[in-house]
Amino acid sequence: MPIVPTGAAKKNCVDLLFSTVTAVASLTVVLLVVGIMAVLIRESSLAIDRFGFFRFLFSVEWNPVKQLFGAASAVYGTLVTTAVALIISIPTAIGIAIFVTEVAPPMLRGPIGAAIELLAAIPSIIYGMWGLFTLAPIMAKYIEPALQSTLGQLPVFEVLFRGTPMGIDLLTTGVILSIMIIPFTASISRDAFNLTPPVVKESAYAMGATQWEVVKNVVLPYSRLGVFGGVALSLGRALGETMAVAFVLGNSHKIATSFFDAASTITVTLANEFAEADSDLYLSSLYYLALVLFGLSFTILAAAKIFLLKSERKYTR
Amino acid sequence: MKRLLALTLFLSITALSAGLYAAETLNGAGATFPYPVYSAWAFEYSKVTGMRLNYQSIGSGGGIKQITERTVDFGASDKPLTPEELAKDKLMQFPAVIGGVVLVVNVPGIKEGELKLDGDTVCRIFLGDVKKWNDAGIKTMNPGISLPDSGITVVHRSDGSGTTAIFTDYLNGACPAWKEKVGSGTSVSWPAGIGGKGNEGVANYVQRTANSIGYVEFAYAKQNKMTYTRLKNKAGAFVEPNFQTFENAAASGAFDPKKDFYLWLTNAPGKNAWPIAGATFIVLAKEKTDSNKKVVKFFDWAFQNGDARAKELVYVPLPKSLEDKVRGYWKAHGVR
Repeated sequence: MPIVPTGAAKKNCVDLLFSTVTAVASLTVVLLVVGIMAVLIRESSLAIDRFGFFRFLFSVEWNPVKQLFGAASAVYGTLVTTAVALIISIPTAIGIAIFVTEVAPPMLRGPIGAAIELLAAIPSIIYGMWGLFTLAPIMAKYIEPALQSTLGQLPVFEVLFRGTPMGIDLLTTGVILSIMIIPFTASISRDAFNLTPPVVKESAYAMGATQWEVVKNVVLPYSRLGVFGGVALSLGRALGETMAVAFVLGNSHKIATSFFDAASTITVTLANEFAEADSDLYLSSLYYLALVLFGLSFTILAAAKIFLLKSERKYTR
Repeated sequence: MKRLLALTLFLSITALSAGLYAAETLNGAGATFPYPVYSAWAFEYSKVTGMRLNYQSIGSGGGIKQITERTVDFGASDKPLTPEELAKDKLMQFPAVIGGVVLVVNVPGIKEGELKLDGDTVCRIFLGDVKKWNDAGIKTMNPGISLPDSGITVVHRSDGSGTTAIFTDYLNGACPAWKEKVGSGTSVSWPAGIGGKGNEGVANYVQRTANSIGYVEFAYAKQNKMTYTRLKNKAGAFVEPNFQTFENAAASGAFDPKKDFYLWLTNAPGKNAWPIAGATFIVLAKEKTDSNKKVVKFFDWAFQNGDARAKELVYVPLPKSLEDKVRGYWKAHGVR
């Protein structure tokens, strides 16, 4: 009697195929990450041998002529611009999400949501050119002098607002970056807010809570994990953004204390200098810088993930 | 009728594809600065000969790397390679077109070509030592011009660039302090000022910032009608940047075929020569005789027929004397 595959065996076969395909797909991604890291390490080996880890990470000197390279100024610029962007974007994005889900009349929700998401579709080079030709002059002429004459007069803040406002600086870059990441935080927060069960909200209203109290005590606690996820995603984007930043940051390898100073980030240094890097050590140092960024993003995003997992556990308990 | 149409269509398609297959292609990669003129020449050349040029403007560093690895027919570089570097990788090079750098300023009341500066002053401005426009040195050079009592904002390139390499090489020659403190290269550690991305970035900052000074490519300054300065050259004359002074610089430069034309064309000795000029080079692999012959044929054609087109795009063609030297070099290497 010939063996005819039974229904169960056939199902097993399909299942096996299915699980193999998905496994291969996800393994490819893991392999890619490992491969990228391997290439970065191999290409930067020359610079690693020459400068070591701590000397490279903490040296401010970036001098292609003297062949001395250090990552400190670029790492600093990356962290500061990202921090400024997050400080501006998080409250704005959450405000937008609250408005769209709770406050705005239903007729407006669709158009506003779409407009916010359209911001994410604008290529970063456009942000860069807009920043250079439009935003930077406005910052230099109106906003930065205003900040200088108000916040800049306070004793501690004075250090942060020193110098001649040129519009090509950490602050302008932070503002551009914040505009670029607002859509991510806002749309994920909005989706998270929408997941709040209407019953819970309605109960709160029934208890006589105001709109503000409902948002503060019901919606936000309920959806904070989602909001946090949105912020983490934006953080990744801000760390790696290149083109827009290259136009408005000035690529100066110095550690600036003032928001009105030019600086540099890791990705901008790579974009600006890679094409004309004319010595092996120079090129290798640029790869090393990329490796540092790889490590930096990995650490920050891993920390965010761990924090997320922890609070999730606390929340479900 | 339909059949006739189909037949013509069929014939024209075969003819077209045959034409495409017949067309030969030269592959080049390198400097971004000469890209517009190379592609303009290539367009005319393909009309005459059917030879196409595929030029990727990936930067001088990339061009040198590509030809060293023999992945292209020729590399292009704004930076001349030394004879030793060429010998090591079995390469040869020749200049193709001249460009250069001009200083542009934005000082209220000062018109183009009005301000005069010498090398030492430019150097001290970019070092951050001369801080104000009414500095005594600038004043004595410019009698009769009212200079403001305002701080100078220095603008430089933020990205790695051949323009920066030429300019910093000029500063190296102009004052010893620059050579000692900063040096020259495609990117340097700038002691003063702010950085703009590309010529357009520098131009934008200079135009927007009162009392600023920056450096851009000659072509860029000319096309955008920027306020350039005059500069004192090695012979001691104050010259304006124009086709003639650039050509004078190229003609008076000591290009030596025996040294593979290795020369930075800054501070050229000519009496009426612009001090910040530079040639951009073509780099060939010595053993690829067949493709080298085709590349050389293209540039030989461009030397003969491309001057007008180059000038339209504000590039300075090589002076005739230099073209002849290049032809001699080709012959000596058996590629012409």
